[in-house]
Amino acid sequence: MSMAAAISAGLASIVGSRNVITDEIDLNAYRVSGIAPRAAVRPASKEEVAEIVRLAATEKLALVPMGARTKLGMNIPIGPYDLAVDLTRLDRMVAYDPDDMTLSVEPGIPLHKLAAALGAHRQFLPLTVPFTNRATVGGTIASGVDSPLRQLYGTARDFVLGMEFITGDGQTVKSGGRVVKNVSGYDLHKLMIGSMGSLGVITKVNFRTFPKPATICGFAAALDSASAAAELRRRVAGSPLRPLTTEILSPHAAELISIGVEQSCWTFLATYCGTETVLARYSGELSELAGPAKTTVMDEDTASATLDRLGEFASITLASSPAAVIAKISVVPARIGGVLDEVASALRRQGLRWAAVARGAGAIYIAVLPGAKQEEAAAGVLEELAQMSNRHNGNFAIPWLSTEWKTATPAQTTQRSDWKLMRGIKNTFDPSGIFAADPTAERK
Amino acid sequence: MNSRLLHDLKRLLGAEDVLHAAEDLMLYEYDGSVEMARPDCVVFPRSTADVIEIVKLAGRHKTPLVGRGAGTGLSGGALAREGGIITSFARMNRILEVDAENQRARVQPGVVNADLSLAVAHLGLHFAPDPSSQKACTIGGNVSENSGGPHTLAYGVTTNHVLALEVVLPSGEVVRMGGEAVDPPGYDLAGVFVGSEGTFGLVTEITVRLTRLPEAVKTLLAIYDSIDDATETVAEITARGITPAACEMLDGWTIRAVEEYVHAGFPLDAAAILLIEVDGLREVTESEAEAVADVCRHHHARSVRVARDAAERDLLWKGRKNAFGAAGRISSSYYTQDGVIPRTKLPATLRRIGEIGRKYGLAIGNVFHAGDGNLHPIILFDQRNEQQFRDAVRAADEIIEFCIEVGGSITGEHGVGMEKDRLMPLLFSEADLDLMKRVRGVFNPAGLLNPGKIFPTSKGCGEIYVRPQSGAPSP
Repeated sequence: MSMAAAISAGLASIVGSRNVITDEIDLNAYRVSGIAPRAAVRPASKEEVAEIVRLAATEKLALVPMGARTKLGMNIPIGPYDLAVDLTRLDRMVAYDPDDMTLSVEPGIPLHKLAAALGAHRQFLPLTVPFTNRATVGGTIASGVDSPLRQLYGTARDFVLGMEFITGDGQTVKSGGRVVKNVSGYDLHKLMIGSMGSLGVITKVNFRTFPKPATICGFAAALDSASAAAELRRRVAGSPLRPLTTEILSPHAAELISIGVEQSCWTFLATYCGTETVLARYSGELSELAGPAKTTVMDEDTASATLDRLGEFASITLASSPAAVIAKISVVPARIGGVLDEVASALRRQGLRWAAVARGAGAIYIAVLPGAKQEEAAAGVLEELAQMSNRHNGNFAIPWLSTEWKTATPAQTTQRSDWKLMRGIKNTFDPSGIFAADPTAERK
Repeated sequence: MNSRLLHDLKRLLGAEDVLHAAEDLMLYEYDGSVEMARPDCVVFPRSTADVIEIVKLAGRHKTPLVGRGAGTGLSGGALAREGGIITSFARMNRILEVDAENQRARVQPGVVNADLSLAVAHLGLHFAPDPSSQKACTIGGNVSENSGGPHTLAYGVTTNHVLALEVVLPSGEVVRMGGEAVDPPGYDLAGVFVGSEGTFGLVTEITVRLTRLPEAVKTLLAIYDSIDDATETVAEITARGITPAACEMLDGWTIRAVEEYVHAGFPLDAAAILLIEVDGLREVTESEAEAVADVCRHHHARSVRVARDAAERDLLWKGRKNAFGAAGRISSSYYTQDGVIPRTKLPATLRRIGEIGRKYGLAIGNVFHAGDGNLHPIILFDQRNEQQFRDAVRAADEIIEFCIEVGGSITGEHGVGMEKDRLMPLLFSEADLDLMKRVRGVFNPAGLLNPGKIFPTSKGCGEIYVRPQSGAPSP
């Protein structure tokens, strides 16, 4: 028996041959950063995952855990890659206590299925993220994608209560719990959020759930410039209002998300919820803060649809150009306007199509949408954006990158004073390096 | 202690910033818990540079090193369990920068929690985590313990408000984790550091998020003749989709203790009271306060009162926040527990606590964060009575075991420290604890930083607990 055959036999003995994929054509669906694995395996329990991880450790196979594969187009820092661990069969809701507002799920459960279950109890998770129709909980947490709703609810690190995962030595480990307040032991699950599957395979995630806002409405103001939109954001942040989301959209972003405002304008967009009196207060006060700008108040249906599409900014822009790349600059909120102004002039100078969305918290997503023969200009712009981020003391990343791109600007991780500790964490969770992703790897 | 080390410490910091006389050290042998341990010396650095040198000296002399803020902790986290050097951050207590527009502040670890909120109040901001000890406890201590408080129900605990940390590692290296801007690259080290109870590194600078003060606040006092009615009220408030800013409960025993001390206006014959606060936009606060009052009355509250003004609100909160002090007036010693349960298990848990109290013949008061299921039973005992102390600890353990049985946790906000290390195996497997220890090893490989904390020091649990040294402290 060849080695490949021996490995697939080993995998089949764990999950059954039906759940081992070795066909080259089928494996294309499991490509990460352009690399296809030698096999994909579909476990149905955490015990099977643990056995697969132990087999991978013995056979020195590098694996990538994944869910519905909606985010394999992300810029995953990957080394050699042999085995895809498809977790879509681990899709159970382990526990849901609506009265306690806590939830425990397996990683493969799709977000939309979860939303339906929570919705029946007028609850929800503030995860309005890309590919909501297909994405799984595990992939959403492991990739660390954020939601416009972070303005009010924070990010996953603020509402994941605990986790269970399999580390690189095949051990099943948990941290946290399923109560809303807990300081027992180290919060290891915080390391897992956004770790891109580099530290372990998530087998269970516990969340706190939230009351679902009954009525969501929206407000948009059309402004001449990014800095005018940022100034409005500043005024709203300084007011007593507590919107669900506050975002600034570039002209083309507003067009892609179909805000319905003048396409040549920058848009400040807020969504909010409450009783009729509260909604009236929001629309009145936001209009006042917006001054002479042209404003639109969105009804419930429009606001909800807009919020969903805002969450889908990455998927919408990626679909609009085959060579799309999305960069991210995170800055303190006061710098949003300055960064957006610079982004706009840099991209105009290069003659590139682009769209940008800035979350009120300071995360700015810049989708560069090159046309034919514009790849070089786009690569130059990425370099420029990285420098821009540095000038504004920001964090630069390229979260979404199509595989045609080979000129990825390195993430900043290796320049940080805590990089050595991050290396240490990776080595501790994954002593033999079987998880292919490694955000701490030194790159040229 | 090694005289060479003492000499070096004095040369580094000056003799006045190094304490080693027995009478001075006695002040540092306890915190707010029932634990005791005496350090060999206490040092007072004034800068990150001082901390680096202290850490290096400790490393060279293989001497344990424990960070300490105000010593208000409730699990022995800031005690030198294995002796060595206590590094007090009392003199690193400056607010370095307030950035109102970005709602951030950069502070030294010794800044007192309430002082930061006071300093930024004129900007319409505050630091949201508000432990009962907030007038004394430090932000460095809050970071180490991931402290909570009554208002964490709506605002979250310390970890939700920490953006960046400057940390001195046992190696003497200075590392910055997290960042002023959101979403720093790589792993969330600041996230795992908060709540590591001083076992990862010494924090020398903290960037925190400041929160806008709400436009309106309404504080309700609901009085009950039955504990079950009060707990059912809590469940229904949640079920109606209302997240109050705070939802606190005091049982009859605690009410009487507090009232005699604070005169907050709590009725002496009540079985329980709920202190519920809603905040936010004026209109939201109005309607939520009405809805909450409605739920209270529906569950047979004898009366529901809304504090008329800030003075009355402050008095109600004074009653709540001084509950532990009130216990101290009645009993020479008390043991405050910190279990967590799913909120719906409140009625059953309170009944069980009552049974446990009767079983050991101990008075147990209950004051807790009802909204998030974080219990604080106060067990009274006489420190001169060895048997009673042992019974108090056994009763506390039984309460915690029940919390775990119903799906809860051994600590919600006080930390594991040296108080609950032996209970960790009830919650975590060997593999869980092993990975946690190895993560500690990444930061603190030689284990010199705060040794003897969090992880069980001996095999198994339920063994006879040995009373620490000369008796538990009085508050």
